[in-house]
Amino acid sequence: MAFQILLNFFIALVWMFLSSSLTVTSFVVGYLIGFILLLMMRRFFTVKLYTRRLWAAIKLTLLFIKELIMSNLSVLFLVIRPKLAIQPRIFALPTDLKHDWEITLLSSLITLTPGTVVMYVSDDQKVLYVHAIDAGDVEEAVHSIKNTFEKAIREVSRP
Amino acid sequence: MTVIANTLIVFTILTGLIFTVVTVIGVLRFPDVYTRAHAASKSATLGVIGILLGTFFHFWLNEGLFSIKLLLGILFLFITAPIGGHLLSRAAYLSGVKPTKHTVGDDLAEVVKQSKRD
Repeated sequence: MAFQILLNFFIALVWMFLSSSLTVTSFVVGYLIGFILLLMMRRFFTVKLYTRRLWAAIKLTLLFIKELIMSNLSVLFLVIRPKLAIQPRIFALPTDLKHDWEITLLSSLITLTPGTVVMYVSDDQKVLYVHAIDAGDVEEAVHSIKNTFEKAIREVSRP
Repeated sequence: MTVIANTLIVFTILTGLIFTVVTVIGVLRFPDVYTRAHAASKSATLGVIGILLGTFFHFWLNEGLFSIKLLLGILFLFITAPIGGHLLSRAAYLSGVKPTKHTVGDDLAEVVKQSKRD
């Protein structure tokens, strides 16, 4: 992925020198031409075109912001309720993610999800221990983490 | 135009203030360190991000100064706040702070006991 971006950048640079105008406009034009060239030559790359991962990363960022706002609203409703009726629980969450950065990203996402905070990552990095503020939501939380976050992260890391 | 800008600024700063107050009430009302970590790691993040965003909009739309530093501050807060909450609750658990008596299940206890034994 980094190689493709670098290639696109160099094509833009070559375009700037060919048209002998070192301006931002000619860089942008060269970048677009380079992107069209990469699009036409994409079957020679071993991995997919980099825009797919870029788009997945943008979607992950939007998911991050949405979850942050939702979790804050849930804490708000929990705090202003007159009687504090909470049932905390610490549960184990098995994960399929392999790389360190993926697990870090997943735990950050879980911490910003409504009602869950990651407390411990097992030594073999296969299980996350998550503190849920309300035991009733645990099954639902596991389900949503599995289906939404892990899928989004795997979308980004897939070559 | 200035009306829209000012509405935006007031809205973001007010949101930030509300969530900062929610953090304070949550830290005071919740029973133990782990539930307090919920309030401190989520609401404090959005509270400070709201205030920084309001400041950013004010300097950009009213003073014409595009401050990259405020945006970087928001980004850094986004990255570090969940990790802070994680590390605080992890350190508390490993040093033996008991969860509140409302807690219904604890899968982590055996793991920590096992690793202490090894």
